[in-house]
Amino acid sequence: MADGSIGLWTVSLAVLGGAIRVSTPFLFVSLGECITERSGRINLGLEGTLVMGAMSAYGISYLTGSPWLGLLAAGITGALLGALHAGICSLPRVNDVAVGIALMLFGTGLAFYLGKPLIEPTAPRLPAIDFGWWSDIPQVRAALRVNVLFLIGVALAPTLYWAFRATRWGLLIRTAGESSDAARAMGHSVLLIRLRATMVGGFLAGIGGSFLSLFYPGSWNEGLSSGQGITAVALVIFARWDPLLCLWASLAFGGAAALGPALQSVGVTSGYHLFNAAPYVLTLAIMIITCSPKRTLTGAPAELSITR
Amino acid sequence: MIIGEQPPPSGAFGVDAIAMTMRFGDFLALDNVELKVRPGSFHALLGENGAGKSTLVKCIMGYYHATKGDILVGGREQAIANPKDAHALGLGMVYQHFTLVPAMTVAENLVLARDDVPAVVNWPKEMKELEAFLARMPFKVPLSAKVSDISAGERQKCEILKQLYLKRRFLILDEPTSVLTPAEADEVLGMLRVMVVKGELTILMITHKFREVMAFADEVTILRRGKLAGAGKVAELTPDAMARTMIGAEELTVQPPRTGEAGQARLELAKVRALDDAGGIAVHDVSLTVRAGEIVGIAGVSGNGQRQLVEVLAGQREAECGEIRVAGDPYHASREEMRRHRMSVLPEEPLKNACVGGMSVADNIAFREFDRAPFASGGWWLNRGAFRDDARKKIGQYKIKTRTPDTPISALSGGNVQRAVLARELAGDVEVLIAANPCFGLDFAAVAQIHAEIMAARNRGAAVLLVSEDLDELLELSDRLVVMFHGEFVYEARTSEADLTEIGRHMAGH
Repeated sequence: MADGSIGLWTVSLAVLGGAIRVSTPFLFVSLGECITERSGRINLGLEGTLVMGAMSAYGISYLTGSPWLGLLAAGITGALLGALHAGICSLPRVNDVAVGIALMLFGTGLAFYLGKPLIEPTAPRLPAIDFGWWSDIPQVRAALRVNVLFLIGVALAPTLYWAFRATRWGLLIRTAGESSDAARAMGHSVLLIRLRATMVGGFLAGIGGSFLSLFYPGSWNEGLSSGQGITAVALVIFARWDPLLCLWASLAFGGAAALGPALQSVGVTSGYHLFNAAPYVLTLAIMIITCSPKRTLTGAPAELSITR
Repeated sequence: MIIGEQPPPSGAFGVDAIAMTMRFGDFLALDNVELKVRPGSFHALLGENGAGKSTLVKCIMGYYHATKGDILVGGREQAIANPKDAHALGLGMVYQHFTLVPAMTVAENLVLARDDVPAVVNWPKEMKELEAFLARMPFKVPLSAKVSDISAGERQKCEILKQLYLKRRFLILDEPTSVLTPAEADEVLGMLRVMVVKGELTILMITHKFREVMAFADEVTILRRGKLAGAGKVAELTPDAMARTMIGAEELTVQPPRTGEAGQARLELAKVRALDDAGGIAVHDVSLTVRAGEIVGIAGVSGNGQRQLVEVLAGQREAECGEIRVAGDPYHASREEMRRHRMSVLPEEPLKNACVGGMSVADNIAFREFDRAPFASGGWWLNRGAFRDDARKKIGQYKIKTRTPDTPISALSGGNVQRAVLARELAGDVEVLIAANPCFGLDFAAVAQIHAEIMAARNRGAAVLLVSEDLDELLELSDRLVVMFHGEFVYEARTSEADLTEIGRHMAGH
């Protein structure tokens, strides 16, 4: 073991690299959920969508040999699950939270069932771009191996921020989420807007799932997600339904999740599982700090079933 | 409108509804009603709640399809299948409830309302065009402000501007001034009147305020229970004649005369502060004393902290600081204190704030006393028979229209829900009564009955705090009047000496 200063360096580098790697699924799921929630609906089923996305990406990548086709398959699977959620929620007196929980269980269950034969084989993985070529320190190179999906996600956040303000679809989604009466009075179908928003949200969550199975950790097994989908849904609330804040929140969560493995890599093994709980501790801490019984959340879409 | 057909000619046009009949199942909402709105006129549509006014205009706008009858637009018969058809003909409607999206800016709301919102909005260009449009309009609104941050008056102006921006030339206004101060109402209606006189616009306004009918309308059509009850030129009618046509032969409860003098202080507020849901200060250190045998009215445009103040008194919201005393004792809105001091609360939106919708009328009436004799033995064994007997008595006494005492209260009409809450809250000797907008949206009979009960409670020696957005109601009932603006009490006067313009000025914060 090297001396303390290098240890500290290694830990921060590993946390940074981990933040970039681990945050990608958080980022995609939270941006997708951000779109869905801005339209006035909560899709808690994204955990199931994430796992289904991971499974279908791995399967298609294995069968076709192309990870990019796997990525597309994950997105389409996610969009279909989103359509299922939106379709059920379009029926009268259906609660979106309850449907979401049902779809979360359905998605994970179906993925485990269909994915049984995929645990053994190895599928082609998504490529990464080496931003650490200039350094010959292996830790630096490892930390700066960045996947394309992360870069797409980083670009997507400001794009969404802009789109909510300056595109017809952005304005319509916000209208449906803030006042369905107003949307209806303008002659728009709120259900249709929400269907599309939920499908786009599912598409992005599916892509997030493909990252899990095709890049990091990069294999298919039943413990792949361990609740990242549901954490990402909570993340949207911390981010106050703002895509740019979703990006920062995802990075913070990714960093927190990378803390345990990073400490382990420098030999701090005591309390490994405790450090692995860092993202959940962070979740609780942010909850306690930002929520108050006397106030409603600022920025919450007014039509959301939790704010109404 | 068929594509390729000539667009309607510019300038105002009229709309006629001929022999309109609308049936919802067994219920006849409109029965052979006729409405003629001349081009370039300001037409008022009067009627009680449930008289069929909204149904009639919704038929014109294409939300409902009349069972029978025709609509003529500009003298030509038109089949209006949906609101889009109506919009294409140049018909627009301003709803009683705002249809602006509160979390968006005024500019976003205006652009969004267009049929041809571009896929990518070029904001600098749109803002320039909007400013040019506003320069031609009689009222001004802040384009970049969020709708949730502007006043109710400005919102109503936005709603009307939105219709003009969309080039609608026949406007239907559904109770457009219900949330405005008298001065704001006069400003908005006056400007619309100017456009009508210039021949740019025709207006059909649903209202129940005779003052506005007399001041701004040319003609009036009056509906009663789905039938045409009268129509004519406003200049040839008096408010009394119109009111009689609206109500028909129905007997109204006679309000008892004001008797007795105010006694000792009953309800005292000292520097009470309360927050709104967003964490901002809604009630700003207000102090007030209400004495026994006195009605104190709180006037103000909605959203100036009245709701939060009532919620604090009703125990629905915690005060941040300050002190409330009832008959000298500190008060924290506990059930025990309310019972001891015989406090009653008639909150606004009673179905939401004072009832459990799915529970029966009898259960709802028993809420205050349900775990005491004779309703319960030993504080836990409920005697359902006693609930029903008590409810039957009160249903008769307060003229609550319900099929049985076991009907869920949410099945009742607004007036009857309010009567049921009144029956519960005014049972026994009330010492402190807090009422918030007790007559909002109710018909004449219910209003007369509720006003009579409130006055009777005052005469029996209750201290009454009456919060209302209806100035006429406050002027009629209160002994003393306070104006609330931005969470503070900015004006106080004895009602007998109060000056309407002075009150209006303070309501608007000047």
